[in-house]
Amino acid sequence: MLKEIRIAGFGGQGVILSAHILGRAAALHEGGFATMTQNYGPEARGGAASAALVISDQPVLFPYVSSPDILVCMSQEAFTRFSPEMKDGGVLIVEEDLVRLDNLPKHIQVYGIPATRFAEELGKKMVLNVVMVGFFCAITKSLSHDACVAAVTDSVPERFRKLNLDAFERGYRYGLDLLVKGPMKEENGDAIALEAEL
Amino acid sequence: MSSVELHVHNPVEDLLRQDRIPTIWCPGCGIGTTVNSFAHALLGLGIDLKKTSIVSGIGCSGRVSGYMNLDSFHTTHGRAIPFATGLKLANPELNVIVYSGDGDLTSIGGNHLIHAARRNIDLMVVCVNNMIYAMTGGQAAATTPGTSMSTTTPYGAFEPELNMPQLVDAAGACFVARWTAFHVKQLERTMAKALNKKGFRFIEVLSPCPTYYQRKNNLGDALAAMVDYKKRSKIKNGCNTWETALLPGGDIIVGEFVDREREDYLTLMRRQLGSNYTEFPPQAEEEAERCCSEC
Amino acid sequence: MHADPRCVLTGTHFINGDAACCEGALAAGARFAAGYPITPSTEIVERFAARAPKVGGLFIQMEDELASSIALQGMVWAGQKSFTVTSGPGYSLMMEHIGFAAITETPCVFVDVQRGGPSTGLPTLPAQGDMMQARFGSHGDYLTIALCPNSPQECFDLTIKAFNLAEKFRVPVMFMMDECVGHMTEKVVIPAADQIEVQPRRHASKPPSEFKLFEPGPDLVPEMAHAGEGYKVYVTGLTHDKRGYPLMNPQSQRELVTRLFDKIRRAADELTIIEAEGLDDADVVVVSYGITSRVAQRAIQMARDKGLKVGKLRLICVWPFPEKVIRDLAPKVKALVVPELNMGQVVLEVERCASGQCRVISVPHPGGTVHKPAEILAAIERGAR
Repeated sequence: MLKEIRIAGFGGQGVILSAHILGRAAALHEGGFATMTQNYGPEARGGAASAALVISDQPVLFPYVSSPDILVCMSQEAFTRFSPEMKDGGVLIVEEDLVRLDNLPKHIQVYGIPATRFAEELGKKMVLNVVMVGFFCAITKSLSHDACVAAVTDSVPERFRKLNLDAFERGYRYGLDLLVKGPMKEENGDAIALEAEL
Repeated sequence: MSSVELHVHNPVEDLLRQDRIPTIWCPGCGIGTTVNSFAHALLGLGIDLKKTSIVSGIGCSGRVSGYMNLDSFHTTHGRAIPFATGLKLANPELNVIVYSGDGDLTSIGGNHLIHAARRNIDLMVVCVNNMIYAMTGGQAAATTPGTSMSTTTPYGAFEPELNMPQLVDAAGACFVARWTAFHVKQLERTMAKALNKKGFRFIEVLSPCPTYYQRKNNLGDALAAMVDYKKRSKIKNGCNTWETALLPGGDIIVGEFVDREREDYLTLMRRQLGSNYTEFPPQAEEEAERCCSEC
Repeated sequence: MHADPRCVLTGTHFINGDAACCEGALAAGARFAAGYPITPSTEIVERFAARAPKVGGLFIQMEDELASSIALQGMVWAGQKSFTVTSGPGYSLMMEHIGFAAITETPCVFVDVQRGGPSTGLPTLPAQGDMMQARFGSHGDYLTIALCPNSPQECFDLTIKAFNLAEKFRVPVMFMMDECVGHMTEKVVIPAADQIEVQPRRHASKPPSEFKLFEPGPDLVPEMAHAGEGYKVYVTGLTHDKRGYPLMNPQSQRELVTRLFDKIRRAADELTIIEAEGLDDADVVVVSYGITSRVAQRAIQMARDKGLKVGKLRLICVWPFPEKVIRDLAPKVKALVVPELNMGQVVLEVERCASGQCRVISVPHPGGTVHKPAEILAAIERGAR
């Protein structure tokens, strides 16, 4: 089963590291295959950043992602640029405080999370990417919880380990709760999952 | 009448590859004279010749490495210094001398000269300045003075000439000197001094080129050049290098201009890296060579 | 001889091709390197600059590629294994010193992480436009070896191979990566040091008095002595005799250049490093290398799903070109399809060796991304008709 994943946002959000963690979980902790590529802009910070990840139970041949099964958007620009490429039936994950869902493609499921706010509550805005990884893990079920936790653990420096694991769990639990409620419908402000064709 | 076989042993003989003599240098050329001073300096110091390498680029002076009975590297045009840099850094025990010409070291290789001086790589660089591209037939160089004639300046040169001591001084060389092929003893002493020093050391030596530079400019033969050097040279040790420009007919300022202490590249590297640098003693013989773990 | 465990990062990693190449170099015994920053190769030396001092080595960032490509050779003649890393414009600047390494038989590795060109081109995007340059880039006649990895794992494995071949044949080996492979992150397994074969320097076995620096051994490769060992080596870029002394006449030129060719040509079998699959009953064979070989594999699968008989021939070692393999294959197939991220370079060699015995279909691509599998599939279908 091959899945094409794109994670996009702006520089400094840890976009590349989040893809790295997911790829690591797939290739090193789940015994599958993962190929990660990234787009580079000349801007070191603030510019658009995007990473592509292909995970599969077979060796990955084609390295790039052209129409993602799963798209994670952490900026409006990322949403505008990449959401039209999504595969039918795909899953769109957004940082809901940063992305307004204009011109949403049809036949996709949408899940939102205020990852930056959660990260700030945890004490460090920097870990929003790991909140996203946790959320991704819960929503898409394409990687196991344990594999992701292991990948987070060996991707971050020792002294930030607890913070990052907390961030992961925060995103993960929020995702699980959201799944119970199911995609779709706006529920009192705490914008939750939005279904396609809204 | 009985004939007596007379072999006068020249003390520098052992430092030359006898089977490469005669050299390609023209009669009257000053390069060989500088090599003689260099050989005497090496012998006088009793330096470990086994650990001494000489690196040249391309050109008449670029042939020096191949006549010395040392580890000899005749590299590409302009790149003697970066080759020597690699050699020295990968085996700091070596004494590495770069011996090349003005075109090689200052034009095509000018950038390497600047950066090796800046890094203070532990190299001694001897630049024989004959003020022209001689090997290729007498073209103008960055060092060709004033309105000299050359094959590529048939109406006279007009580009300002480079002042090498000033350049390498500004870049950070820890020793800078200049002599001419006339000053054989002074040159030998300066070379000996430089050989004993650590860091980037630079010695410019003016040399006549009777075949091209002197002839093209009606400056007479090599002897005339020596007379000219003697007449025009002014010894000014410690002279500010911005006063050492070589102008046609002007004074030739010679002497030891710069002699300062600066930590060389590897010293700075070791200090900066601190515990991030780990000595790497050779690996013990492979276990697999033995017959069993008890042996 | 096995790798030194102090230099080997044994374990399972999720790293990109550039990082894997760096680890391969260290495992192969290279602790010294010179380079100049250029995208997309710089990550290799950035990592090396951090890793090498821990094992008593160093990386020096030279003032340009001219300098780094010769400084590394100074390191080799001082007795070390060394390499340099570059891309696009930097590779062009290094050409003269590839020739210097060839004529002085300096074992070393030039890594070229290929990007779109000509000139500054596409610094951050892939291409395979330097393949002919890897073969013919320096002036004069010489042969080199060029390897093309298609994954981070191979960036590790084949970098070791590149060093081993450089030492064995005493040639500069071209390690032809591309931006896609260099920046692609995948699982890389680094085995234990005692599982890694390393070719040591073929050092002089005779004492200085009997040793000639360029006297060929039975395989036409001379033994090497280093500076500081008392051998008084004489190394020159001029045509030289067995002692290394310049000897510039047609005869010595013939002797030297012929030997530089023959030491590689005689090893054609050993240097035929390919991956072949389904060649026996194939109507069409896709000949590819580097990143393109992965895309080609996908196209081959698509074609087989359509019932076509398609074989795969992947060139891991592109230079020397595996002439015999193509000569044998050409009469048995309808077509050879050659996709590459350039406007048609290695396809010229395929055409030469096929000598009109089958169709040769070039699938050119100017670079910037990889082929769409459908483009290669279309060529396969054309070839099968």
